[in-house]
Amino acid sequence: MGQPNDPRGNLVRPYAVTRGRTEPRRDIPIEAVLVASQAAVQEARFAGHDKYRIAVLCEPRAQSLAEIAAYSRLPLGVARVLVADMVADGMLSLHSAAPKEGFTERMDLLERVLSGLRKL
Amino acid sequence: MDFASSKRAGAQPKEITSAKIVVAGGFGVGKTTLVGAVSEIEPLTTEAVMTSAGQGIDDASKVPGKETTTVAMDFGRITMADDLILYLFGTPGQTRFWFMWDELIRGAVGAAVLVDTRRISDAFAPLDYFENRHLPYLVALNCFDGAPRYEPEEVREALAISPNVPLILTDARNRESVKQVLVGVVEHAMRTLVAEQGRGFPAPVG
Ligand SMILES: Nc1nc2c(ncn2[C@@H]2O[C@H](COP(=O)(O)OP(=O)(O)OP(=O)(O)O)[C@@H](O)[C@H]2O)c(=O)[nH]1
Ligand SMILES: [Mg+2]
Repeated sequence: MGQPNDPRGNLVRPYAVTRGRTEPRRDIPIEAVLVASQAAVQEARFAGHDKYRIAVLCEPRAQSLAEIAAYSRLPLGVARVLVADMVADGMLSLHSAAPKEGFTERMDLLERVLSGLRKL
Repeated sequence: MDFASSKRAGAQPKEITSAKIVVAGGFGVGKTTLVGAVSEIEPLTTEAVMTSAGQGIDDASKVPGKETTTVAMDFGRITMADDLILYLFGTPGQTRFWFMWDELIRGAVGAAVLVDTRRISDAFAPLDYFENRHLPYLVALNCFDGAPRYEPEEVREALAISPNVPLILTDARNRESVKQVLVGVVEHAMRTLVAEQGRGFPAPVG
């Protein structure tokens, strides 16, 4: 992917069916952000209405799972299943929530958040 | 970051970290107002569908006969840098939705518990909740107009707030005031982290 090749080649990928599935393929924190590349948006055209809208939403800027659910008017659990599928299928890249372990990593993040708040 | 899928998605290599602060408190204490005062977006609402047993489900039609409830949470966003976003999550006001609070506080930097001094006893349940969690929190007294002006120390005593929990006054409508609340949460989280490190147990947050 990456160049504007014929996205129809991706149709062989099984059409994702969410209905009836309640467990996401991976747990995604509510605040973790997701990003879609332009190529991924093209690919998502063939992945169904909801997934396409999610990809379009995450292309211009990173959006959290919570934002995706709110803008798509989907319950959080449904959005989580769709987003987890899209991550597994390479349509969205999942970024990291705040580190939970490691003194230095956690302190660095707190310092960055603190200076971000002071600059508001 | 999920490297395998990001390569296929052709994502930019820069990792974006997102952090969250939780704004808790009883019904109508000003949580949404506080979030809106600093958020760069109008506070958004996301809904979770729960069974009466308190378990998250995704499709209410899959559990015929079981009662379901929709829990709404609102949140705001502050983009701090191209690789750092802070989210502010307001808890659902009703205390019967504790299980949702558990999901919200997981991985949070810290929390602010808002208290309306006109209805002080509404704060007992939220404060009890945080007392039993591993999450740094502070108490912010929302100064509604015409609210009785207690001395912070009177409120601390009335609510039995432990001495190591910071207590500050705020006006949830005021951006500068809300900034100070959030700065207070992060500073308290830093002190807590340093103290944990000093005692030699890096307890996980949340
Ligand atoms: N005077 C005054 N009014 C406030 C203040 N904060 C909130 N309010 C008002 O109080 C009402 C409730 O505020 P919300 O922000 O909706 O409270 P909430 O905690 O989100 O409420 P729930 O989500 O329903 O639990 C609104 O009408 C606000 O305009 C404050 O600091 N001063
Ligand atoms: Mg609210």
